[in-house]
Amino acid sequence: MSILVDKNTKIICQGITGKAGLFHSQQCRAYAKEHRPGEDVFVGGVTPGKGGTTVDDFPVFNTVAESCAKTGANCSLIFVPPPFAADSILEAADAGIELIVCITEGIPVLDMARVKKALAFYPKSRLIGPNCPGVITPGVAKIGIMPGYIHKPGTVGLISKSGTLTYEATWQLGNLGLGQSTAVGIGGDPIIGTPYIELLEMFQNDPGTEAIMMIGEIGGNAEIKAAEYIKAHVTKPVAAFIAGQTAPPGKRMGHAGAIISGGAGTAEEKMAALEAAGVVVARSPGEMGVALKKAIDNRK
Amino acid sequence: MKIHEFQAKELLAKAGVAVPRGIVAKTPEEAQAAYGQLGTAVAVVKSQIHAGGRGKGRFKEQPEQPGVVLVKSAADAAAHASRMLGNTLVTIQTGEEGKKVQTLLVEQGLKIARELYAACVVDREVAGPVIIVSSEGGMDIEEVAAHHPEKILTEAFDPVYGLEGYQARKLAFALGLEGNALKNAEKFFRQLSKFFLDNDCSMAEINPLVVTEEGELLALDAKVTFDDNALFRHQNVLAYRDLAEEEPSEIEAQKWGLSYVKLDGNLGCLVNGAGLAMSTMDLIKLHGGEPANFLDVGGGANVDQVTEAFRIILADKNVKGILVNIFGGIMKCDTIVTALLTAYDKIGIQVPLVVRLEGTNVELARKMLAESGKKITTGLDLTDAAKKAVASIA
Repeated sequence: MSILVDKNTKIICQGITGKAGLFHSQQCRAYAKEHRPGEDVFVGGVTPGKGGTTVDDFPVFNTVAESCAKTGANCSLIFVPPPFAADSILEAADAGIELIVCITEGIPVLDMARVKKALAFYPKSRLIGPNCPGVITPGVAKIGIMPGYIHKPGTVGLISKSGTLTYEATWQLGNLGLGQSTAVGIGGDPIIGTPYIELLEMFQNDPGTEAIMMIGEIGGNAEIKAAEYIKAHVTKPVAAFIAGQTAPPGKRMGHAGAIISGGAGTAEEKMAALEAAGVVVARSPGEMGVALKKAIDNRK
Repeated sequence: MKIHEFQAKELLAKAGVAVPRGIVAKTPEEAQAAYGQLGTAVAVVKSQIHAGGRGKGRFKEQPEQPGVVLVKSAADAAAHASRMLGNTLVTIQTGEEGKKVQTLLVEQGLKIARELYAACVVDREVAGPVIIVSSEGGMDIEEVAAHHPEKILTEAFDPVYGLEGYQARKLAFALGLEGNALKNAEKFFRQLSKFFLDNDCSMAEINPLVVTEEGELLALDAKVTFDDNALFRHQNVLAYRDLAEEEPSEIEAQKWGLSYVKLDGNLGCLVNGAGLAMSTMDLIKLHGGEPANFLDVGGGANVDQVTEAFRIILADKNVKGILVNIFGGIMKCDTIVTALLTAYDKIGIQVPLVVRLEGTNVELARKMLAESGKKITTGLDLTDAAKKAVASIA
């Protein structure tokens, strides 16, 4: 079992004729072919003005609505450049896409505020990201830019704000023989489509998930809200790591959301809140896997 | 992106947010003339640097001279200006090195009845813009939040339409404003919210927001920062960028698409991905070292970028060693090593270098490192690499 992505997921890419869009569409298609030979998982793409053409055997459509009608797509992977990405998210929602995964980094934050407000009118659509590595259900479908081969099927639900740090955690889990039910990159921007709490709820309710690994960062208070939620609702073992323990206040650490402002959003307060909620918190990024193992063993 | 107070006030005035009359002066003579033009008995001369705490700040070269001062004559304005311009202002926010003052803002004196606070920011929790107001103007808002949270009011507003009239009135009533001041507050708060949206601000903070004896509301100080991601659609704002206020190495890094933040330690680090880069700093500290920087080379780092990244790290004279931490995903480890070795030769790296690689094609990459004949230490995992890197400069 898994969350968000299953055998019925059919993917298109918005921005498929761009360099990154095409490359990663090919990678995702190859992943699907390797794990589910003979099935059509990655079914095409959208670039306005290039409808009717093909790119490396992917059919290209002018609009998302058309691509859905012709291919039965229910999931979109977005690689559209930042100035146009908000518009692409809304187009996907309006076409009835259920899972919208936005990889694009650098979308203006007020564009995302407008998108968030508009998405309230599309309750069937869920946005993951932006500025994230995407979603993978190992062995079923890869919808994003993560290296597919490091993810093994298993029972750990992974939620992360970061890309390479997620790969690192996945790697450490793999070395301990732990695979993932689903791994979700929620993104490092101040306003994101799906916060920790909604995913924690999904993993808690997913029979295929036995433990949860959460990777956070400095900035904002999403991890503290997550800690409150875990304390009240999550019975499965949870481990966490918070990046940026040494980050100076007032400086943006790469991700737009990773900034300590006015003394709030520090790693220290997030780790304390998570620990108080019974989460095993790794102090070192070298011990993320070990922390999850410990969280599982604590329950035995 | 940050801008100066006088620039913020120019933009605010254009957007219909009331600000005091002011004149920019770059010489003592201009300050003297500004006093005359303003025509008020009292004027204020304010140093223009990006850091806050200017009023309490003092100049290195003129230890008695504050960064913001009241003047009562043209000669007085010129005298203060001559002690300020070209000198280095040290405030609680500048650090010991201080900031050189090149520009002054000379403003009219006001008969102030009350000092309030108003700011627009993006609130992550409501996933949209909010306006924050307080009766405690002129104070550090974080202090107010910590000791008197009940004195802070927050109102979320629509990211397209801005603050509605009834919302602005609600805040004004709560602040105890009446008569002219009430009417002016409604306008002020609404215009401020529009300004915030129209310019893609990250923050527009008016502290203090003064109420004059006549019931006018004016932005006595203004701190405005912009969303870097939205600058592409605000060429007018980009024109306000003052490179002299920024860290030169960070400007250089931006040119190469690198995300770099200079820190105070002596162990440089070069990492792919923001989260992993932050964690690498944490790891260094955890094992007794001090990181010299945050550096994310991004997902598609090529030879030029890696070379430049090394150059920027090594330009920092405090750096005694470097830790490279790469998790090759889509980016293959051998590609990174090729870039690494090329950069190594190009720059002639003299300090100890510890490299930790994991991910796609890692075996090939390690072999390339081993056969390169260069003095590069390999870390087996994160912890091992951090220990070796810290030990290499001990």
